[in-house]
Amino acid sequence: MQTLRYIIKRVLLAAVSLFVIVTLTFFLMNLMPGDPFMSEKATEENRAILIAKYGLDKPVHIQYLRYLENLLKGDMGTSYVLQKGRAVSDIIRESFSVSMQIGLKALGLAILVGLVLGCIAGLRKDKIADNIIRVFSSIGISMPSYVIASILLIVLAVNLNLLPISYKKSGGWVMPMITLAMYPACYLARLTRASILEVMNQDYLRTERAKGMSEFVVVFIHALKNSLIPVITYLAPLTAHILTGGFVAESVFNVPGLGRYFVSCISSRDYTMIMGITIFYSALIIVMNLICDILYKIVDPRIKFD
Amino acid sequence: MKANILSLQNKISPEDFTPLPDRFFAEAGTETEEIGYWKASWQRLKANKIAMVALGIILVLIIFAFIGPMLSPYSYEQQVRSDAGLWPCLKHPFGTDRLGRDIMVRCMIGTRISLVVGFVSATIVLVIGSIYGSIAGLAGGKVDIFMMRIVDIIYSVPEILLIVVIKMVISEPLDTLIASTPAFKGLQRIGSGLIAIFIVYGLLYWVGMARIVRGQILQLKNQEFVTAARAMGCKSGRMIREHLLPNCVGQLVATAMLQIPSAIFTEAFLSYLGIGVSAPMASLGSLTSEALNGITSYPYRVISPAILISLIILSFNLFGDGLRDALDPKMKK
Repeated sequence: MQTLRYIIKRVLLAAVSLFVIVTLTFFLMNLMPGDPFMSEKATEENRAILIAKYGLDKPVHIQYLRYLENLLKGDMGTSYVLQKGRAVSDIIRESFSVSMQIGLKALGLAILVGLVLGCIAGLRKDKIADNIIRVFSSIGISMPSYVIASILLIVLAVNLNLLPISYKKSGGWVMPMITLAMYPACYLARLTRASILEVMNQDYLRTERAKGMSEFVVVFIHALKNSLIPVITYLAPLTAHILTGGFVAESVFNVPGLGRYFVSCISSRDYTMIMGITIFYSALIIVMNLICDILYKIVDPRIKFD
Repeated sequence: MKANILSLQNKISPEDFTPLPDRFFAEAGTETEEIGYWKASWQRLKANKIAMVALGIILVLIIFAFIGPMLSPYSYEQQVRSDAGLWPCLKHPFGTDRLGRDIMVRCMIGTRISLVVGFVSATIVLVIGSIYGSIAGLAGGKVDIFMMRIVDIIYSVPEILLIVVIKMVISEPLDTLIASTPAFKGLQRIGSGLIAIFIVYGLLYWVGMARIVRGQILQLKNQEFVTAARAMGCKSGRMIREHLLPNCVGQLVATAMLQIPSAIFTEAFLSYLGIGVSAPMASLGSLTSEALNGITSYPYRVISPAILISLIILSFNLFGDGLRDALDPKMKK
């Protein structure tokens, strides 16, 4: 019952957040100087016709209400500039499937590498392996994704000539994947290490050892299970990171994903695209946050519902 | 009366109750010096070698960024045509770019921007977050719930998206405002791009700090000294300023310190995407993105700004961790 109440509360809060974001973005966007047709080679007259055609001459609050009405029907409108006339939802679906392919690979890589390294470091505290992992993970979380991308380009593509620079050639997905996975993998390794160290000091493990359980069972069955709980909370920021990291990775490696539209739609004032991408990303991140929080409380009953 | 030989009673005399001589502990060699919170923290910090090395690097970076450009014969926007496209050499230790600008000076200016962004935004976050959090924590009840709902909503907003939109919106009005108002003339040198970044931090980044402060205040406000202060007629504003905030200042400083690398991260990210500081001003992010086009023939142009930004963030991360452990030993992992 308490769980249900908590979930309902969180879902409502998520809906409110999304609404606030939609509203804020819509009005902020209209405050930006310029309009979608400013670079059009057309005369003033034609521009006026275009503006009238898309209803951009009406007061902002009327445009806003109309947008909301269409949005509730599932219609995000058509792109004004970037891919003129195509439905925004189509563009998002098509390009996000590319982003998602790389994103999921990066997610898998980050979780795998992060957990394994974190476990090694945590179980072999203050040994050589632990020190090496700690140094590298500290460096890893200090490099912005474009730095990682540049290093990969210089070392793997230019000097060693192992991988192609362009995404379209075979194996082109490897470098964007490593770029996206680097930070989360290092962060996860640190998180897992700290969490294992904390769990290893708990009384129930001492009890198990005292009862004569083998070290293998104690560590791999009982300690690891509990030390993975805090890791769940990181999954939501991890998704957000891989999404926003996509802006950089996709522009460096020329990946035809959704990230590369993000900046260009704002600078070209493609209103429907700005709204579509913002809503899509925000919804994705908010839903991930929601799932993680609920999962976290279900997995660990010690955490109180407030 | 005859003494009972089985009695366990101590034989006491009035001499046992005389005060100890003044120098008793010193003579017994057990005297301990009484040290305050800050001194104890500083001693813990000094014992942490990694944090001290990081602090040293930060100081070197500050000198590099603020004094370096004065010593260099070039300025960050000066184009020496005859020196265009040079590899690192004695005259230009980091080489020059396509337009003949010295990359070392541009890196110094970029480092300066990163550091300024880090410190200013940490201050903004510290001020707004602690005021908001302590008001919510002290007020409690409906006010607290309402204020924390706002925090929850801002917390769930993907900030990078809003940062870009807000920045686009406020850049141009800011430009005209700075150009038209004489009082803001001094701000012109900083540039509207940077001010817009600060405003965005002020709007979005304080929520984490507000949550931490509120949690601390909730713990503190049920303690006796708060009740005592209230009984003596202490008003809320004074309570926050003189009793509550000073008691969680260690954690506030540690959290603000760890805010610095994340602010620097965001600025570099924005500049890399071309929406940070405006040209010809150099930022470590924009330096890298400019250099990326010629990466196959001029990799050195990418290397120096990339190493610098990583070094800045790394040293702030390590120093911040050390500072947190020193100021708040309970949080140490």
